[in-house]
Amino acid sequence: MKFMDEYRDPEAVQKLSEAIHSTVTKPWTLMEICGGQTHAIVRFGLDELLPSQVTLLHGPGCPVCVTPVEKIDRAVAISRMPDVIFCSFGDMLRVPGTTGDLLQARAQGADVRVVYSPTDAVRIAQENPAREVVFFAVGFETTAPANAMAVITAYREEVPNFSMLVSHVLVPPAMEAILSSPQCRVQGFLAAGHVCAIMGTSEYHPIAERFRIPVVVTGFEPIDLLHGIYMCVKQLEEGRFEVENAYVRAVKEDGNVPAQQLVADVFEVTTRTWRGVGELPFSGLCLRAEYQQFDAEVRFDVGDTVAEEDSECRSGLVLQGLLNPPDCPAFGKRCTPEHPLGATMVSSEGACAAYYRYRRYAREAR
Amino acid sequence: MKPDMLQGCPVPPYAPDTVVQMAHGGGGRKMQRLIDEVFTSSWANPALLTRHDSALLSLPATCDRIAMTTDSYVVHPLFFSGGSIASLAVNGTVNDLAMGGARPLWLSAGFILEEGTEISTLHRIAAEMQECAARAGVAIVTGDTKVVERGHGDSVFVNTTGVGVLEHASVIGPSMVEPGDAVIVSGDLGRHGIAIMAAREGLVDACDVVSDCAPVAAPVMDLLAAGLDIHCMRDLTRGGLASAMVEIAEQAGVQIQLEEAKLQVTEAVRATCELLGFDPLFVANEGRFIVILPASQANTAQHILASHHVSMGASVAGTVTSKGPGRVSLLGRFGTERIVDMLSGEQLPRIC
Repeated sequence: MKFMDEYRDPEAVQKLSEAIHSTVTKPWTLMEICGGQTHAIVRFGLDELLPSQVTLLHGPGCPVCVTPVEKIDRAVAISRMPDVIFCSFGDMLRVPGTTGDLLQARAQGADVRVVYSPTDAVRIAQENPAREVVFFAVGFETTAPANAMAVITAYREEVPNFSMLVSHVLVPPAMEAILSSPQCRVQGFLAAGHVCAIMGTSEYHPIAERFRIPVVVTGFEPIDLLHGIYMCVKQLEEGRFEVENAYVRAVKEDGNVPAQQLVADVFEVTTRTWRGVGELPFSGLCLRAEYQQFDAEVRFDVGDTVAEEDSECRSGLVLQGLLNPPDCPAFGKRCTPEHPLGATMVSSEGACAAYYRYRRYAREAR
Repeated sequence: MKPDMLQGCPVPPYAPDTVVQMAHGGGGRKMQRLIDEVFTSSWANPALLTRHDSALLSLPATCDRIAMTTDSYVVHPLFFSGGSIASLAVNGTVNDLAMGGARPLWLSAGFILEEGTEISTLHRIAAEMQECAARAGVAIVTGDTKVVERGHGDSVFVNTTGVGVLEHASVIGPSMVEPGDAVIVSGDLGRHGIAIMAAREGLVDACDVVSDCAPVAAPVMDLLAAGLDIHCMRDLTRGGLASAMVEIAEQAGVQIQLEEAKLQVTEAVRATCELLGFDPLFVANEGRFIVILPASQANTAQHILASHHVSMGASVAGTVTSKGPGRVSLLGRFGTERIVDMLSGEQLPRIC
């Protein structure tokens, strides 16, 4: 397939793997930020093509995984209200809250629908003026522009029965939190290419300088990932700590400025709780005051939901790169995709799910 | 008769019904007329036309074993690119018989109709079922209709039960699978699931995928006629290739390795899967199956399969490597290996 096969070419993969092997002389620990990158690495077995000195840690960039359990509970509670149509991206439906997940709510009679774009939810609201249509706006900077566009559309076209349950998070504060931890082992970052396509690369310069750590903007195909890893270990070997772009076909230094403007018009930065990690200041987005009429948490009173995580789940450590999924005592035993203890086992981008799906028996084999 | 002339008259003149009503399931004349006009006339065959409570069928003299299977079909939309609930209901059951090594002969068809369903839809379904039955060499010999109130069904549900005859003495099933066997996949993967998804989610314009729905009994009969030592066959319906392989590996207690480079997926299916975050290995097919047999016979089998249109893309795509806990792995294009597992639920489109 054009535009994809060339980034999965076995010969090019082999060459990059050799280049990494001949560059690395010392042990290095890198973290890929995005869950999509984690899945590609594990699915294609890219980590097995690296020298044994290179360790990949898996980062917090799975929007499904970091959405706090209270938010899921609120989503389930809103979906169960009379006359509500609750719209969500598909992979949020299976994430367990304390009162079940959205798929169970649907089975019990809630009108929960999978949409592919937040503007589909606005259209559903226009088609169902007597119903309340709520969209579950989760994600990183990548999904924020489309969600902002949905709010602006609802505002301009006067769709009073549309609202959003917002749980947006931002990448740079999470990177800072990881680097500030005393147990941090990360020596280089593969930044999430899709996030940078929107936001550009400038916000990573202060992180690279302050923490003296290379940040390489990296894509999602095997060639992209190996190229990112190569540039990152090269910086480390040469003692540099810069922001570099290994995903130039998608990422410009300034990013997508109109998209950034759209996000800034609709959202403002707020403190957010990250599932498994805790509260991080300035780490998320909420609707600006002008658009509060579209805030589902303002519109629907679901009370204060206080949720307790399963004490056995260590997804917080996994999300910070402090625990490799198979090293969790519950992995594959008490915690499986059928009976997940935490979101990292549920989401299609969660690190635990990736290891379960592609690597479950690796340990016994070795 | 002009409409105004009807006013005040409590008995409307006879007009054919255009939609299914509760009375069509009531056992009276309305039901009889529906069955005659829609189903019996489309499927006319001697066993059906005796109009008994059951079809009386004679087995071929040489046959002392039969195979029987049943499946229910619910699909939305009813008609999609490359197929319909009608073709699924015939081919799905025919294919299940073929996977047991049986020659499909007879089908029953039970319908659960939702009040309000267009009768013209039923005509279309009945006609398409007859076309598919003729193509697969089976007769629909008995049937049933029930009607449920509007809102209690999804237009049309169909159940078909199939009976086929075994013309050979071999046992075909997972218990026969052994190390050294080859796995042949009969063609490209994932078209049916993606065609349905595209029709359901309005991706039709973006995605030009035609379902692979087709009967596969003919190539299977040829494999058997050639005297090949077939150990197991399985059609790759819900859950796709991955689920079928894992089921067999677990039932047989063997490890199976598939080779990614040997598996075929069309560009349109791959592109749609990439877009939605799906893995084509898990996407449903309705005209694909796998054959497991000794590696020494794999080329002959592949040659026979390739001579049939429905399996012309057959390729030897895997090996049964050893006895052991039932596991399936995929050898990727970069020489790395990963697990192939069943999904815990349905595949859900990803966020970004």
